[in-house]
Amino acid sequence: MTNVSYVRTEMLPEKEPPLGQSGLVLWLRTNMFSNIPNSLLSLAAIYFIYLLLAGIVPWIFHGSWNVGSLSECREAIAAKYGDGAEGACLAVIRERFRQLIFGFYPQELYWRPILAFVLMLVAIAPVLFASLPRRALWFSGVYPFIGFWLYWGGTVWLPVVVLAGFAIGAAAMSILPRMVGSLGAMILAMLLPVIWWLTLAGATSDTMQSLLPISLEPVESAFFGGFMLSIIIGVTGITLSLPIGILLALGRQSHLFVVKTICVGFIEFIRGVPLITLLFVASTLLNYFMPPGTNFDLILRVMIMVTLFASAYMAEVIRGGLAALPKGQYEAADALGLDFWKATRLIIMPQALKITIPSIVSTFIGLFKDTTLVSIIGLLDPIGLSNAIRANQAWNGIVWELYGFIALMFWIFCFSMSRYSMYLERKLQTGH
Amino acid sequence: MTAISEPAVEGFRISQLLYDKRYRSMTLQTIALILFMLGVGWLASNAATNLAALGKPLSFGFLSHPSGYDINQRLIEYDSTSTHARAALVGLLNTLLVAVMGCLSATFLGVFIGVARLSKNWIISRLMTIYIEGFRNVPVLLWIVLAMAIFIETLPQPSAFRGDNATASMYLNDSVAFTNRGFYIPKPEFFSGSNVVIITFLLSLVGLVIFGRWARKRQDSTGQQLPTFWIKLGIFVVPSLLVFFAMGQPIGLIYPELKGFNFKGGFHMRNSLIALWLALTLYTAAFIAETVRSGIMAVSKGQSEAAFALGLRPGRTMSLIILPQALRVIVPPMISQYLNITKNSSLAIAVGYMDITGTLGGITLNQTGREMESLMLLMAAYLSVSITVSLLMNWYNESIKMRER
Repeated sequence: MTNVSYVRTEMLPEKEPPLGQSGLVLWLRTNMFSNIPNSLLSLAAIYFIYLLLAGIVPWIFHGSWNVGSLSECREAIAAKYGDGAEGACLAVIRERFRQLIFGFYPQELYWRPILAFVLMLVAIAPVLFASLPRRALWFSGVYPFIGFWLYWGGTVWLPVVVLAGFAIGAAAMSILPRMVGSLGAMILAMLLPVIWWLTLAGATSDTMQSLLPISLEPVESAFFGGFMLSIIIGVTGITLSLPIGILLALGRQSHLFVVKTICVGFIEFIRGVPLITLLFVASTLLNYFMPPGTNFDLILRVMIMVTLFASAYMAEVIRGGLAALPKGQYEAADALGLDFWKATRLIIMPQALKITIPSIVSTFIGLFKDTTLVSIIGLLDPIGLSNAIRANQAWNGIVWELYGFIALMFWIFCFSMSRYSMYLERKLQTGH
Repeated sequence: MTAISEPAVEGFRISQLLYDKRYRSMTLQTIALILFMLGVGWLASNAATNLAALGKPLSFGFLSHPSGYDINQRLIEYDSTSTHARAALVGLLNTLLVAVMGCLSATFLGVFIGVARLSKNWIISRLMTIYIEGFRNVPVLLWIVLAMAIFIETLPQPSAFRGDNATASMYLNDSVAFTNRGFYIPKPEFFSGSNVVIITFLLSLVGLVIFGRWARKRQDSTGQQLPTFWIKLGIFVVPSLLVFFAMGQPIGLIYPELKGFNFKGGFHMRNSLIALWLALTLYTAAFIAETVRSGIMAVSKGQSEAAFALGLRPGRTMSLIILPQALRVIVPPMISQYLNITKNSSLAIAVGYMDITGTLGGITLNQTGREMESLMLLMAAYLSVSITVSLLMNWYNESIKMRER
C-alpha cells in the first residue's frame, strides 16, 4: 500500500467571499445600484442630498447668536466669513425664545407654566404606560384642576369647588342606587353637581377664600401665548374630544331615531365646515348665544370650539372601529346577559379603541397642528408671534430661522405622538 | 291538569315607561328631543334678544348693497360697486379654483411619492419617508405663511429686471418672470380663425373616446390588440396641428413685459395664490402618498405572483391587476383628502388670498357687522361644497367597487 491518498484529510480554510458578494458592496449593489435606471436615480438622489447639505450645514455653522437685529447679523457674518457668506441669524430665536414659549406671561411667574407642564407629563405618564402603578391615575384625574389653577392663578377654591361637584356626582353614583334605584341614581348623579355649581359653589368658594385665603396672582388670558398656548388648547381638546367622540359615535350607532339624527347632524355639520369658520364663531358669535351680558374668555371659547371640532372627527374614527368589530362580539356580549353600557364598556369599546389607535392618534396630531389656526383670530400662538416678530423693525425680513424653529418644535411633538401610537399598537397586538 | 291561565291584564302603569323595554326607547327619545329643543330654543332666544338689543335683527338685505372693496384675484367681472353677494361669489370661485388646482397637483405628487416610497432603491425610499414625515408633522398654516414669506423676501422686485445691469432675469426664453409681486406667465391670444382650431381640438377629443371604445370592442371580439397609445396620440395631436398651421397660426402667446414699475401682458398669478397652492400641494401630497402606499400594500402578494405566472409583464401587472384593486382601498381616504384641501383652502385668509372666507367671512363681515348672517352663509357654502364633493366621489367609488356575484 502506498501512502497516496486522493482524498483530502484536512479541511481547507474558509475563503473570503469574492469582493462584491458580501458586506457593503453587496448591499449597495442590491439596494442602490441594481440596474442602470436605479443607479441613475441613486446618483441623482445623492447629488440632491449633497446640494441640500451644502446649503444648510454652512448656513447653520455660520449662524450668529449674539446680535440684536437682522442687519447687524448680516454684517457680522460678512465680517467673519467674507462677503457673500450666508449664515443663519439664530439670534432671533435667542432673543424671542421666551416669547415663543410663554407668550407674554409675566416673567417672574414662569415657574407656574413650567411646573404645570412637568405635572402634566407626570399626569399623562400613567395613561400612556401601563407599567406604572394604577393608583397614579388619581393624580391624572385631578390634574386638570391643578393645571388650570397654575396657569390662570386666582383663588384655589374655584377649582376645588368645581372638583367638589364631580365628587358629589361620583358619591351619588356609589351611594344612591340602594335607595332610589340605578336609573334614579344616574339622573340624580347628573343633576346634583349641576345644582351645586349653579347655587352653592360660588358662595362656598368666596367663603372659603375669606376663611383660608390661598391664591396665586391671577394672569389674564391675553398674556397667554407661544407654545404654552398651543399646548393648553391642544391638550384640553385631546382629553375632552375622546370621551365626547365616543358618546357621539355610540349615538350615531344607536337605534333611537332622535338620538341618531341629532348625532349624525352634528357630526356631518362639523366635518363639512373648516375649523376657521368655527373659530370665527368663537370669536364673534358665541357671546350672542349666551344670556345677555355674559362675556367669557376668548381662550375658553376657542377651546370649546376646538373640542367640538375634534370630537366630530373622533366620532367618525371610533365609528369605523365599531363597524369593524365582528358582529359576533356584540352577540356574545348579549348572550352573556350584559346590558348595553356593560357590553360597551367591557367588550365593545376596548376592542374598537384598540383597532382605531392609529386613527385616533392621527386625529390628535391633526388637532394639535390645528391649534395654529387661532393665530388667525388674533391669539398669539407661535405663528401669531412670528407675524409680530417679522413685522418688527429689527427682524423684518427674517424667514427660515424663525419658521424653521417653530416647525421643528411642532415636528418634535407630532412625530413623537405618531411614534407612541406605533409602540402602543405593537403592545396591544394580540393576533398572530 | 293545570290550566294555562291568561296573564293578568293589567292597566298601563307610569313606571312601565322606564322599565318596560317596549316603551323605554320612546321615553328616552322624547326626553332627548325635549332637551334638545329646549337647548336650541334657549340659544336661539338668547341670540334673538342679543341681536335685537344691538339693533341688527336677522336680515340678509346687506347682500344686495354695494360692497365697496376691491378683490385683486377674480375669475368673473367684479369691482367695488358690485354687491356683497357678488363678492361672496368671487370668493367662492377663488376657493374652488385653488381647491381644484390643489387636488390635481397633490394627487400627482402624492401618487409619485407613494409609489417611490415603495421603491426597492434604498436611498429613494428613505428620501420619500423623510419627505412624508417632515411635511405631515408640521401644521399646514406654517407651510402657507412660510411659502408666502419666501416669495416676498427672496424673489426679486420687478425693478430688478430693468436696465442693462439687471440683477434678475426672466426664465424660459424671457417668457416667465418670478417676482415678489407674483408670477407672470404668457397668456394665449386668440385671433380670427382660432375658433376652428379649438373646435377641431374638441372634435379630436371626441374622436379619441370613440376610437378607444371601438378598439376595446374589437379586442373583446377578435382578441387583436392595436397600438392604441400611438394611434391615440396621433388623433390627439395631428388634426389640431394641421388646422393650426392651415389657418395661419391663429393662436399666439402674449409674453409678460416690464413696463414702468411692473410687468404688463401675460397672466399675473398673485403670489398669495401660488403660496397657498404650493403649500396645500406639498402638505396634502404627504397624506396622499401614505394613502397610496397603504392601498398598494393592501393588494396581496399572491395577486402579482399570479399575474406573473399568467405571463403578464410588470407594467401590465401594475395597470391591470394591482392598481384596480388598490384603487378600491385608496378612493375612500382620498375623498377625505380632497375635502381637507377644500377646507384647508380657507387658510387663504392668512396670506390675503381672497377666497370666500376672506370676502364673505372677512371684509364683508367686518364692514357690515352682520356676523350671524355672514357666518351662516359661509358655513352653508362650505357645507354644500363638501357635500357635493363627497357625493361625486362616492358615486365614483360606487362605480369602481368590486362587483360581487
